[in-house]
Amino acid sequence: MSIILDKVNYVYSEKTAYEIHALKNINLKIEDGEFIGVIGHTGSGKSTLIQHLNGLMHATSGGIYYNGQDIYDEDYDRKKLRGRVGLVFQYPEHQLFETTIFADVSFGPKNQGLSKKEAELKAFTALRSVGLPEDYWYRSPFELSGGQKRRVAIAGVLAMEPEVLILDEPTAGLDPRGRDEILDQVAKLHEERNMTIILVSHSMEDVAKYVERLIVMNQGSIMLDGTPGEVFAHYQELEAVGLAAPQITYLMHDLRKRGIQVPGIATTLEEAKEAILQAFKK
Amino acid sequence: MNFIEARKLVHEYIRRDEEGNVESILTALNQVDLDVKQGEFVAVLGHNGSGKSTLAKHLNVLLSASGGTLWVDGKDTENADNLWAIRQNAGMVFQNPDNQIIASVVEEDVAFGPENIGVPTPEIWKRVERSLKSVGMIKYREHSPNRLSGGQKQRVAIAGVMAMEPKCIVLDEPTAMLDPNGRREVLDAVEQLNKEKGITVILITHYMEEVVRADRVYVMDNGKVVMQGNPRSIFSQVDTLKSYRLDVPQITMLAYELKKEGFNIPEGILTRQELVEALCQLY
Repeated sequence: MSIILDKVNYVYSEKTAYEIHALKNINLKIEDGEFIGVIGHTGSGKSTLIQHLNGLMHATSGGIYYNGQDIYDEDYDRKKLRGRVGLVFQYPEHQLFETTIFADVSFGPKNQGLSKKEAELKAFTALRSVGLPEDYWYRSPFELSGGQKRRVAIAGVLAMEPEVLILDEPTAGLDPRGRDEILDQVAKLHEERNMTIILVSHSMEDVAKYVERLIVMNQGSIMLDGTPGEVFAHYQELEAVGLAAPQITYLMHDLRKRGIQVPGIATTLEEAKEAILQAFKK
Repeated sequence: MNFIEARKLVHEYIRRDEEGNVESILTALNQVDLDVKQGEFVAVLGHNGSGKSTLAKHLNVLLSASGGTLWVDGKDTENADNLWAIRQNAGMVFQNPDNQIIASVVEEDVAFGPENIGVPTPEIWKRVERSLKSVGMIKYREHSPNRLSGGQKQRVAIAGVMAMEPKCIVLDEPTAMLDPNGRREVLDAVEQLNKEKGITVILITHYMEEVVRADRVYVMDNGKVVMQGNPRSIFSQVDTLKSYRLDVPQITMLAYELKKEGFNIPEGILTRQELVEALCQLY
């Protein structure tokens, strides 16, 4: 089980004055059960890339294979693919529309052709898995706080039982606790169900804390691909394209420059703490 | 008198059913006292739904209070005659740049505000140039806003406010939708307006790193001001902040964790440099 992108190109407004080559020869393999972060500045091609993964956008050239099947094949059921690769857009709470939270979350599976009972069962499980208390379920989604609304919107995608969950900046505009709650829930889905997660984020601290593999997009190409530690070791190259490493990584460099021998590349608070403790023990 | 002075400010959102009977009352501001001096840079922190944005909307009378008093620039916001003078002097910048830009050319967008209040044309051009320069967007004056990045759009929105020549700018999560570069651009522009032109800044944000630049910080919870002080004194209270669903900058958190491990580090470390210095002293 995997997603393979083979020499994928995408050009916006082809053959006009506004032509933009948004994806350039992308080769990428996403294995089952990975937790991947995608970073890149605005306009680097992140959102274009993820919209290819569930077939919402059609590559100008190149091929995409989901579990070995060509999704551009004439007989391929792309509607079904969209159920298997769930995409949570930016500000997904703007897409809530039903009168109750429960009805909103049931909409997806009903739309997939399931019976009312089956759809409700899926909505039930999905709302449970995002941790929204049951006494909220039959209220209007518009009475909720920002973070709660967003969890309902994520439940709406989870109710379709996707194998892959893609989230485009799921924490934008949330307060720190709301941010931690959403990302902890996502990490739990990854651990408990081995769900493949792709997290698009502007927060280097968040990707450093949660993901196992980090992809850096720049000008439509994949610039770096590796563990957060490997990627953030290239902090100078990241800065050149308008990104940065987490503050913690810079701190480690500063300390080493001043003669404090902190071991390894730290990208999270825990790693930094361990490294500093070790350096001071010697 | 302070530039902004709020005393026991109350705002209630009242929900009514179809017959007009009161269904529920939500107190978004509960006896808020706020004092901001001319030229100060004040940050307001608080979780989603804590009342920050409601407070911001009172400062230029987009909302009017259910109780208490609010004076801006020596004028009572209760008095309807003061409305336009206050709005001119306290400009607002909102979260989403796309909702604030109306013209198809950058300089026309910036000119919209002064044109609307009847500033003579030659003066408008001067103001447009000055404001675009002050946010570093002058070379984009003839561009179309919809081809700018988020940070650039947000700076155009700030220039639009600056062209009104306000004494104060209120920014309501101006960087929530931007990438790290855009965030830095906007914050640098705001800080420059504050330091060089003495513009009073009220910054509402969820990013703890942005608060470090402020002179003073107010923390809101449930419509009340629950903490206030300079960034250092606020961020040295890690546990209290966490109880209000907030956080501290990552560096401050690391210093706090190291302190718990027995490191003798001063309270309320805010920047990387401070932590490096503190650790070097101990090594």
